[in-house]
Parts: sequence; structure tokens; C-alpha cells
Amino acid sequence: MNVIVCVKQVPGTNEVKINKETNTIIREGVEAILNPFDAYAVEEGLRIKDKTGGKVTVISMGIPSVVDMLKETIALGADEAVLLSDRAFAGADTLATSYALSMGIRKIGNYDLVICGKQASDGDTAQVGPSLAEKLNIPHATNIRKIEELKEGYIRCQRLTDDGYEIIEMSLPAVITVVKEINEPRLPSLKGMMKAKKATIPVWTAADINADTERCGLKGSPTQVIKTFVPVHEIKSELIEGKPSEQASKLAEKLLSMRFIKCV
Amino acid sequence: MEYFLTEEQKMIKELAARIADEKIAPLAIQYDEEGIFPHDIVKILADSDLTGVYIPEEYGGFGGGVLEMSLVVEELSRACGGIALAFAGTGLGTFPIILFGNDEQKKKYLPDIAAGKKLAAFALTEANAGSDAAGIQTTAVLDGNEYILNGTKQWITNGGEADVYTVIACTNREKGARGFSAFIVEKGTPGFSFGKKENKMGIRASCTRELIFENCRIPKENLLYREGMGFIVAMKTLDRTRPGVAAQALGIAQGAFDEALKYSRERHQFGQAISSFQAIQHMLADMAIQIEAARALVYQTCRHIDSGAKNISKESAMAKVFASDVAMKVTTDAVQILGGYGYMKEYPVEKRMRDAKITQIYEGTNQIQRNVIALELIKEMSGKK
Repeated sequence: MNVIVCVKQVPGTNEVKINKETNTIIREGVEAILNPFDAYAVEEGLRIKDKTGGKVTVISMGIPSVVDMLKETIALGADEAVLLSDRAFAGADTLATSYALSMGIRKIGNYDLVICGKQASDGDTAQVGPSLAEKLNIPHATNIRKIEELKEGYIRCQRLTDDGYEIIEMSLPAVITVVKEINEPRLPSLKGMMKAKKATIPVWTAADINADTERCGLKGSPTQVIKTFVPVHEIKSELIEGKPSEQASKLAEKLLSMRFIKCV
Repeated sequence: MEYFLTEEQKMIKELAARIADEKIAPLAIQYDEEGIFPHDIVKILADSDLTGVYIPEEYGGFGGGVLEMSLVVEELSRACGGIALAFAGTGLGTFPIILFGNDEQKKKYLPDIAAGKKLAAFALTEANAGSDAAGIQTTAVLDGNEYILNGTKQWITNGGEADVYTVIACTNREKGARGFSAFIVEKGTPGFSFGKKENKMGIRASCTRELIFENCRIPKENLLYREGMGFIVAMKTLDRTRPGVAAQALGIAQGAFDEALKYSRERHQFGQAISSFQAIQHMLADMAIQIEAARALVYQTCRHIDSGAKNISKESAMAKVFASDVAMKVTTDAVQILGGYGYMKEYPVEKRMRDAKITQIYEGTNQIQRNVIALELIKEMSGKK
């Protein structure tokens, strides 16, 4: 089973700073790390390889220094890694990113499953995985917490929802995005670290992957970020005090006034 | 401080440090309190290829030496000196095979130890044979193609948990120390059982037990080296593993120091962090000086040994004595800096003070080590070498 894992380098801090003029993330002067959710994606890819054999290829899009992060995935056990890096990719939104990744993945070819983290810890959009599947014209499932069965052309997995989980069956190749419940990422091995040290990570430009530069980077990004915020789901609660009988009548009055119940 | 470690040695240290920080540190207090043997950590060390760092490549290891072993012990001990002992105690039990085993013995035992599938232990000490190793009572008698072992070994690190034991027994009482021989005994051999599990002051995540041999028959092929060479096997092994104890002490000291330094900046008294008081600053400075000096001595001793030097007893003893005395001093001072909190089990320094104490005692008490050093100095002076 050949697996391609998409990873992103993100600022290694919880306090992501935003450039107020461009509304993009300030990456300068901040330690860069592998997106935490992507660590689970890499681990799941490696577990599939441990079980079924095949190859794990890791792909990322970013600045040239991202090769160091890709080398870390080699140390963990990935067979190959490739970086998409070109000035033409700069300033990409999720649409342009998923387009570039899809072209890179087409170039890698011969894959059964693409695994992404459920979202990146900087942008938090969770859009690249599904968007990538559309570009590749293959099925996808998000927020996967467990792969129940995986065989030639078939996957059955558990998709985490607010209320529990759904069982999803898909034909392969497919894209899944994974949540942290799916596994516990391993540490690198000494042999892996030695291999990573010697590894050369190919860097592919837009031309290398036959990408239309009009669809890449800032040019290919229709999104204009006005403001970023986490939506607040507020539940107002009220405590009704008194003896049980008093509480019951107060509650009944409230529900009546709110027309949730009516007297018959 | 730049210690000019090779790229590989840096990787080993870095990897061991990650395991210490991410996997061991969160468990250290619980494993100490409940005396849990760290099989889970051994698995992680195995998956990371660290269990074989000091084992030759041809037997499945990484091909490093005493320095590589000590780097791992140091880093693991920074998080927990007890958990680190599952690895270090295996080193002690394995070095006799690396140094004195024949090719068949090496092929049979080293690959599984390198892969972390098996742990090892070393059994010399008995109730009446500690510092005076010549008092060994355990006997081994050749009977046809087998040796029959009888006796009880005491305070054996990894006892009961290890699969492979190097056991020193007497094969000829009349010859004294030249009448001892070393044997490989496998767990599960009929007549080989485990006795009391010790309830210790420190290193409580390490298992320390009696080994009991009652007419235990082992194949003749399990004799290490030659009959009568058991004392040499033991002494040459201990010369190589004492830097491991020194590294354990060094790691424990570093762990305690890190906690003390952190705490001194967080703890406020009289309206300021206690790190602003000169009394605390001087303690921290002295702790750091001693740790760095110990590290320099331990690393250099390891390199001296790995260079193939012939005379290593004195240097090995010096590293062990110095680093363990430093560990005792530094951990005691760390408890002092944390004050009342330092004395409490919820805080991570009293454990290190308890763990440090054993490093002054085992693999030769520091008093015996000083005897060794002094004797070597006098020998060198009198030109008898």
C-alpha cells in the first residue's frame, strides 16, 4: 500500500501573530515545527507501511528550509520526501495550496491513500485535505480517528463527529484527514536519523510539476482574509434555586413563557 | 560546553534526551512511588535503536563503546536514575559477553540484547561478598557436560526482569580469587529462581533481587572465557561500566540542578525571585561548576577506555567517585534550594537525592574506589608496571 502524507511547517507557538495589513501569518523570527496534526498523519502512514508494506512519501509546500522538517519525517521512517518550493507558490490560500499539492501528488503517482492532518495549527482552516481530494478527483473523509480496514481499493474508517463517530467506506485511492485520537506518534530511530542526515530532499518548482502559475500562490488565491477569529458558541445557563417543587413550577413558567410547552 | 562529540554521538544524546523528556519524565514519580519496572521504556529504547549502541555492529548493535553507552545513561538519568538502570544494568550484564565471550556466545546473546528483546544482569555480590568479592560462596561444579550451580546472589540489578545473567561462581575454593569463573545463565533454567525483591531508598523503578541457584545445571558452553578467570572477567567488566554509573550520577545531578534553577526563578520571597539572592546564586554556580567538571571527567574517561588503553582502573574509579560525590552534593543542595517543597514527594528533587546515594555505593563503594586509585598511584610511582 503506497501512502502519501501531506505536511505543513507551522510556527512553533500558540501565539500566532498576524500581519494586520495583509492579514497573513507572520513567520519571521518564530521557531518552525511540523504541524502537530500532521505528526499523526505521518505516524498513520508509517503504521500502514509497517502492516502492509509499500512506501510512504511525504510532501510539503513551503520555503526551502522546510527540507529540514522533511528530513525529520525520514528519520521517523518515511521512504521519501519532496518539497514544492517556488516563488510562484508564495502567498497561496487553501485553494492554490491544494492545487499545487495535487499537481505534486500527480507527479509522485502510484498511491493508494493520501493522509493529511485535520487542520494546520496556524491557519486552522481544515480545507486543504478536502480541496485536494476534489482536485485529484478522488473521495475523501475528514476527522478520521481510526482505520478499521484497509485493503486493495477499499478503506473503512471511523470519522469523529460532535456526537460520536460515523463509519465511512470509500474506494481507493482516497484522501483522509486525521485527528489526534488516531495514534501516538513514534520517536525517530538512530538508523532513521542517520538515513535522514544523508538524505537529499528533491525540491520541485511549479514547472517541475506542470502547474499553471496562474492558479498558484497569490495569483491563484481568490481568498481575501478580512479578519480571523475562532467562532464563539456561547450557551447561557440559568440556575433555578429553591425546593424541588418550587424549581419545577419556576421551570414550567419559564418554558411556558418561552413557548416551549403549552397548557392544555 | 563543546565536547567534540561525533555526529553519531550527538544524535544518540539528542535521541536519548527526547526519550527522557517526552517519555520518562512524565512517569518518573509514579514509577518510583509504585516500584514499576519500565518495560514500556525499554520498548521505546529498542524501537529507537538505542539498546544496541555499545554492542558491536556484527552482532546487531550500533558499534559504539563506553562513551555511547554513557551518553544514553546520562540523558535517561536526567529524567529518572531508576528507569535508566534497566538500560545501564543490561550494559553491565552484557559487557562480560562483549569482552570475553567466544563468537558462538556472542552470536547467541548479543543480537537479542542489541534489539532490546532481552535484558541482561550481572551477578557478583552475595550476602558475605560485597567490597571483598573474594568471599563468594556460590559454587559451580563440572559434571560431565554441565556445570552445577549452587548459592545465592544478592542485590542484583534487573534481577527477575533480565533474561541473560552473567554469574560469578567459585570453581576451585583452594585457589582463592583465581578459583572463580564466569558463567552465562538464562532465565528459566531449572534450579534458577528469584528471591526477595528489595524495597529500596532510591532507584525504585529498578528491580533489585536475589538470584537463587539450587542444583542449577547449565551447559559447559556457558562458561565465559576460561575456568579461574572469573575474577578477571568481573574486574575488567567493572572497569568499563563504572563510567556508566558515573554517567548515571551525572544525569541525576543535572536533572536536580535544572529543577533547582527553574524553581529559583519562579519562587518569590521578600518580593523577589530567590534567584536574585546571592546565597542561592552561589549555590547554583557551585552546582554547575561541579556538574561540568564531572561531565568533562566522565566523557574523557570513556574516550580513554574506548581508545583501547590498557590501564583504565584508576581513571574509571576516578570518574565514578567524582561524579557520584557530585551527584550527592548537587541533589542535596537542590533539595535545599527548593526548601520545604524540596522535601515533599510531589516535587521532583527529593527523589533525585535518594537516587544519587546509590551511585556512591554500588559497582564498588567510593571507599574501595579510592583504594584502587591510591594503589595504582603507588604502583606507578614505584615503577612496578
